[in-house]
Parts: sequence; structure tokens; C-alpha cells
Amino acid sequence: MSLPESDLDLITAELGREPTPAESVLFENLWSEHCAYRSSRPLLSAFESEGTQVVIGPGDDAAVVAVPLPDSSSTAVDKRTGDDYSETYITFGIESHNHPSYVDPYDGAATGVGGIVRDTMSMGAYPIALTDSLYFGPFDREHSQYLFDGVVEGISNYGNSIGVPTVGGSVEFHEGYIGNPLVNVACVGLTNGERMITAEAQAAGNKLVLIGNATGRDGLGGASFASEDLSEDAETEDRPAVQVGDPYTEKLLIEANEQLLDESLVESARDLGAAGLGGASSELVAKGGFGAKIDLNRVHQREPNMKALEILLAESQERMCYEVTPENVDRVKTIAERFDLGCSVIGEVQDGNYVCTFDGEVVVDVAPVFLADGAPMNDLDATEPQQPETDIPDRSLAEAFEAVVSAPNTASKAWVYRQYDHEVGTRTAMKPGDDAAIIALRETAGGEDDISGAGTGLAISAGAVPNWTATAPFAGAQAVALENATNLASKGALPLAAVDCLNGGNPEKPDVYGGFKAIVDGLATMCETLSTPVVGGNVSLYNDSVSGPIPPTPTLAMVGTRSGYNAPPASFAGEGELLLLGEPADSLGGSEYLAQFGGTDRFPTLPSDPSGVIESIAAVANLETTLATHDVSNGGLAVTLAEMVTETTGATVTVDSQIDCFGETPGRVVVETTDPEAVKTAVGETLSVTQLGAATNEGLLSLTVGDEEVSYDHDAIGALRRTITAAFE
Amino acid sequence: MTVAVVQFGGSNCDRDAVRALTYLGVDAERVWHEDGLPEETTGIMLPGGFSYGDYLRAGAMAAQSPIMDEVRSKAENGTPVLGVCNGAQIGCESKLTDGAFTTNKSARFQCEHVYLRVERADTPWTNAYDVGDVIEIPIAHGEGRFEITEKRYDQLEANNQVLFRYCDKDGNSTDDANPNGSTGNVAGILGTSETVAVLMPHPERATLPDIGGTDGEGILHGFAE
Repeated sequence: MSLPESDLDLITAELGREPTPAESVLFENLWSEHCAYRSSRPLLSAFESEGTQVVIGPGDDAAVVAVPLPDSSSTAVDKRTGDDYSETYITFGIESHNHPSYVDPYDGAATGVGGIVRDTMSMGAYPIALTDSLYFGPFDREHSQYLFDGVVEGISNYGNSIGVPTVGGSVEFHEGYIGNPLVNVACVGLTNGERMITAEAQAAGNKLVLIGNATGRDGLGGASFASEDLSEDAETEDRPAVQVGDPYTEKLLIEANEQLLDESLVESARDLGAAGLGGASSELVAKGGFGAKIDLNRVHQREPNMKALEILLAESQERMCYEVTPENVDRVKTIAERFDLGCSVIGEVQDGNYVCTFDGEVVVDVAPVFLADGAPMNDLDATEPQQPETDIPDRSLAEAFEAVVSAPNTASKAWVYRQYDHEVGTRTAMKPGDDAAIIALRETAGGEDDISGAGTGLAISAGAVPNWTATAPFAGAQAVALENATNLASKGALPLAAVDCLNGGNPEKPDVYGGFKAIVDGLATMCETLSTPVVGGNVSLYNDSVSGPIPPTPTLAMVGTRSGYNAPPASFAGEGELLLLGEPADSLGGSEYLAQFGGTDRFPTLPSDPSGVIESIAAVANLETTLATHDVSNGGLAVTLAEMVTETTGATVTVDSQIDCFGETPGRVVVETTDPEAVKTAVGETLSVTQLGAATNEGLLSLTVGDEEVSYDHDAIGALRRTITAAFE
Repeated sequence: MTVAVVQFGGSNCDRDAVRALTYLGVDAERVWHEDGLPEETTGIMLPGGFSYGDYLRAGAMAAQSPIMDEVRSKAENGTPVLGVCNGAQIGCESKLTDGAFTTNKSARFQCEHVYLRVERADTPWTNAYDVGDVIEIPIAHGEGRFEITEKRYDQLEANNQVLFRYCDKDGNSTDDANPNGSTGNVAGILGTSETVAVLMPHPERATLPDIGGTDGEGILHGFAE
């Protein structure tokens, strides 16, 4: 790959000369789709990214959002004022590591974790939670299992080693990912008004200090590699473009970063990710309106005889670039040394151009803003997607129940999250396996050592459902946003902010671009309806290979808040009545039922007042008489009920039709309550409440659908839900 | 009473340990291994994590850190020493206790809640319990399978050095209740004295009442004695 001719012409005209070899590769990478969002930026203005709570929105390494005070944490975001927010901030970011994870699943996924964690650190935050949304080809394919196994192990090894709990995420299997698995990693960090820093250079004359791993030749051209379709022999051909992670060094970097922040030694920071040192240093100074003078010979290197462009572009992991005032440089060096980290003062911020020298020669001399923001945008053709006709295969209740409950998409993900340390940090109040994780933010109640339980509970949900967006990209993406919000509300939390990872195929194909455009609009519309600002994101296009494009996949990670950390569980208590909150499903479009048996249907109608639905669900979850709550999503009501059965509790439930049982309309939860009237009062007219039956003191689910009846005990359900665990035994 | 929570490069449960001890009213601070033990140290905790990335063998590199000479000498003089998870691996590697912790039977990392049966109730770490009590505490490790030669295992038994065994919720030490294939379902043992102990499960994760169970606080009380 080299620079497109039109780009080269533009650059030559701007510079008034041909670019040097080092400049060419710098432009090639920074102007790639991955870094410059050339095909997606025109669409991204659809997202509302502002709000009282937003301290820093899109465009920095990660977003920064103020956390509401405990008393205001259960109030809807559009009813809060500035006074309702504390001085405690979270950072929030998401990143894709799709192409590398195909070529080398273990290292590709691991370095994805490392990258998003450094994005958190460079905002002056300590990482407190990770989520991973993973997408693979059909689970019964050996190659899918190989990728899945490697990706999970990579995340596990890296995330566990650095002591950041992986508390949530999603795993989906779909034909469209056979040649292009997706790995979307989100990270939440914790900081405050005093500690926060940005990736915006502050003053000319300040030194640029590179801390972390020595630079080698690994990950050369990763950004441009991520911006092409994967070729048939990508696994061997592109291996040099995949970086290798070193979580031990990352952990040392986290500790060093904390000490640098403790001592207020950092003016600004940027992690070295896509396009390596060239990307990080040029973006850092460009954002502050400055240039830089960098001596590439000063970069600490791992390999001999590296060329200028290799030093500039290598994506060696676990490196950070800090802007430091001249008088603080010695102290910064001492701290790096304390943590056994390499450290080099590579140059300084200056007014004017971004200039790099190597062996005494100028190898790069360009206007930083032109480099960072000069890439021309693509104007691509889009074909609007059409929804399918209704053609539903007829199956018996037993056959449908067993197929859907044991499907890899709906089956237990315990095999995955058991490999993730989800409790390190001692903040995890709600663990994986429930609708949303809840992280205890004790800071808003008086400090990190406050164990009164009175702080702000930060609920986290992340995922997308390819069956939904493949059926109806626009409505499916709306549903993804509503579904993540429902997960939070089910645990009594209301949305605070979201970040998105937009994955698509080759945008030069009009139908692919049309689907991509629709998921962007769908997510944006629903997030705006829910008054949830989309504060950051990532775009990954060219997820296309010989086996075709991926379904448009809008991974959304959403955080919400509640007063305190104590939420109802997603399992039956065995003592209450069961209610369904939300409209019954009116179609099977996008459902696991159709994925299992073939056939098509239109996507279900979404609720007309999503905000009211979310607020009502959260209000019900917070009633004292609510014993259990569980969101209805993949696999519909059948899967929700099956998941709520325990060894000693179950339920007897009656619904009218298989659409009621297997439809996947988002914005619904099952509630076990001892006071159904209180539930009805709490929800008012915002959503419909349907009587489902009652919970029982026996580990058995008895389900009547029309004139068919099935029952399964806890063991039988457990056996159905073990699909993934069983395959790896 | 100041407990030194020793932080090696790659330790990651040091902050959690300090938070849990602080909650219990025990004065605790993180101590970077290269700085050595503070003079006022009256207790030592080796926290969990991945010291030196577990790159050679879990705990093997940290055991060579000069601070471990200080730890051993303090331990010999009766200062309470508790190694948890990676700290337990470091404890074995530095001969504070016998045996070794190696790769789980599943060959995978496992993060889950397990039940432990208390085997001794007359040590600082278990005074809060009775023999036979069943407590629920999380594990989070990839190398937690306790291994030891048969002869030395018999010695451990004879000396009554086993502190905790993995069990089911009724207290039976079955194979099914053994999460990692540990010899004798051993989850935690004593060193040559009762004031030195190592265990793979994380008591600091089962201490703070605002996020769940508190079965582990009794173990950390060993520092409050």
C-alpha cells in the first residue's frame, strides 16, 4: 500500500515539493481510514455529544464525564443541573482491534486492551473497568472457536495482569464474521477535576518525553493495514503488522503514570497507538496549535539500524508521550527509572512546523494541522437497506425452546468471563452474567475508603446484536442503543453517556455503505431520544474479506448511574408474581428463532416513548418490593426466564404465542415483585404491564404458550445453556 | 501496627489490600519493594497480581527481590506474614512455606467464588472461625494448583499446617469442589510458624460489605491481633 495519487498531489501542492519517504508513510498512515475517518466523518455529525455532564467530548484520547452525586444519581440526566454533579469524573473510550485479532487472535486482542487502557491513562485517569464485545463466525466452525479461544485468552492474560477488571461485554456469532472477527474493547477510568489532563499540548518550549517500551520494528503500518480488506493469506502476510503485548510493562506504565499525576508533572499526554510516535506526537502538538522538533535518534530503540520511518511509524506497545516542563524533566526520568521503564527526551514543543530529524538531517517538516486534519473526506454512494418480508417457519414449542436456549448466541458466557478477573479493584458490586455490571464509585460519598454503600453505582453495558442490524440496520441500531439502556435500567440505573464502535465492511460498496450509514443514524437517533450523549467512539471499516462483508455492527458501550450499588439480581427469589414490563413483541425479525430455523420477518416495532420506558424500568428496579429483574433480549422471553431459574427457584408462566416467547423487542424486562400494584403505579402510562405468572420455590420452569406446554428443571436448563463451556472441555 | 503491603512490579491487589485493611482499622501502607521495609513494620502482606508478569514462573522473580530477605527475617522473629494469590506463590518460591502453586488443572485462568473449609481455628488468621466452618471467598488465578511431594504433604498434615481446603457448600472436600486440582484440596497453608500463612483465594475481595460477602475479613483480622 502506498499513498493514493490524489493524496500525493494534494500533499505535494501543500508542501511545494515532493514528500520525503518518512513524510509519505506518515501521511499514508495518518490519512488512512483508521486514523482520519475519511468515509465516516461526514456521518458522525449525527451524534449528539454534549450535555451538562460532559467535561471532554469526542476528539481526545478518551472522553471525560462528570459523575452525579449519589442523591442525584437515580435522576434522569435531562432533569439534572450542573449542581447535581460531583468533582469525580470518569473517562470513557472504546477501540476496535479487528484486523489484528484475525491474524493473531491472542496478541491482537491483548494489544487492543493495552491501547484503550493507555487512552484512559493519558487523560489522567486510573483504569477501573473493561468491557469486551466480540463477534465471530458460526460457533460450530473450528476456525471460529480457534479465534474465540485466542481472543478470550489474550484479553484475559492482558487485562488480568494489569489489574483492570473485565466486567462485561458481549459475544455474538454470525455468518458475516467468518473472515472478519471483531474485537471491540471499552475502558472506564476514574479521575477528578484536579487530576485530569488532556492530549492537547500546552506551551512551546516544553519537552516531549517518551516513556515505556523500547521501539522496535513491530506493528509497522498497522493503521493502514486496518484500513484495507483482509486478503486471503492475511494470516501469514500481515503478521508483521500485528503488535505483541507486554502487560507487565503496561502495569509499570500505569504505576508510573499515577505517580507522575500525583506529583503534577504532566502538562499533556498521548498514548502511542495507531501510527506510533509520528501519530501521537503530531496529534498532540497539532491539537494545541503547536509544532514540534523531534530528534528520532533519541528514541530508545530495541533493534539496531532502524530507519527514520520505522522509528516514526512502529506500533511497539506500552509507550506514552508526555509533555513536561523543562524543570520537571529530571524528576520524570527518575520516576520512569523507578519503575524500570525506558525514558527518552525526544524533543520539544515549538511554534510552527512538526519537524523530525534523523542523523542530523530533516526527514519530516510539515504543518501539523495539515498532517492531523488535512485528509480529504470521501463522498461515497449509499443504497438504502430494505427490510425483509414475513416468512416464519413453524416449530413445536419444545424444539424452539431447546434450539434457542442452547444457541451459542444466547447460551451462558460463563466460560468467557470466568477467565477474566472481574473482581480486582474491589469495586465490582454486580458481576458479569447479569444485565449490567455495577462498579462502586465510593468517591462521591466521601472518598475511596467510604464503605457505607452510599456512593454512586456506575452501571456498565456493552454490545450489539448482529442479527438485528443485519435484518434492519436503522431500527436494529436503535434497538441496540435501547437494549443497552434497558440493561442499565433493569439494575436501577439511568444512562449517563455512551461511546460507540462502528464496524462496517468495505464502504466503497454502496449497499455496505448504506447499511453503515443506517446504523450510524439509528444509534444517533436513539441515543438522542434517550438524552444520552455519545461522547466518543471509533470507526472500523473494510471488515471485508473473500467471505464477504460483516453485518453493520454498532457496538455501543453505555454507562449509567444509580444511588448505591445494591440492585435486584437476575434470578428468581421464588416468592413474587412475575410481570413483563414493555410492549409484547409483535414480530420475530432479527430473532435467534429465525437464526436457528431460517425464515424472515420485519424487525419488531420499537416503543414510542423510549425515555419513559427506561425511566419506568429503573423506577421499578428500585422499588423495595422488587425481588428480581432481568432484561429481555437475545432469544426473547424464553431465554430471559430460563436464565432466572436457580437450583431452588423457578416459575410458572403463560403467554399467548411463540412471538411473545421468542420475539426480541428491546426495552422490556421481567420483574418479580411482591406488590404488582406498586409496579403499575410506578410505570403509569409509559409502558404496558403484562401478567406472566408466578415465581415458585422449585428449580423448575413451566412454560405454556397457547396450547403447548413445556417444563425444564434447573439441571436441564443448565445442560442446554452449557453449549460454549461444553465445546471447550 | 503498620502492615507493609509489599508492591512488586506487576502486583495488582496492593491497593485492594490496603483498602480492606484500612476498613478493618488496621494501619496499612503500600511499600515499593526496592524501598525496603519501613522500620515500624509490624505485619507484612504479599498481595496478589502478576509480579514480573509471571514471566519466568509465578512468584519466582519476586522471590529474588532483596526485600524478601527482610521479609524472611521478620517472619522468623514472629512478625505476621500473609501471602495471597501471587503473594502465596512468592511465599512458596521464597521458602516461607512448603510446596508450590502451579498451572490450574483447567490450564485456564479462573475467576469465581469458592467455598473453603477452615482446618485450624487457633491461628491469628483463623481465630474468627471455628474448625469446620465453611466460608465463601473468590479465587482469581491461572496457577493455583497446590503441588507437593507425597512425603512432604504427609509432613504438612502431620504438623497440622493446612489452613484451608476447597470444599462444597456443605464442607465436603470433593474433587468437584476442587477448582484447580490442588493436592488434598489445599487452598492455604501455614509456614513453619502460625504467624506465616499463604493462600490462593482473596480475603481482601470478601471483606468490604458494600460490594458483597464479608467471609474473608476474619483472615485479615490476623493483622489486628
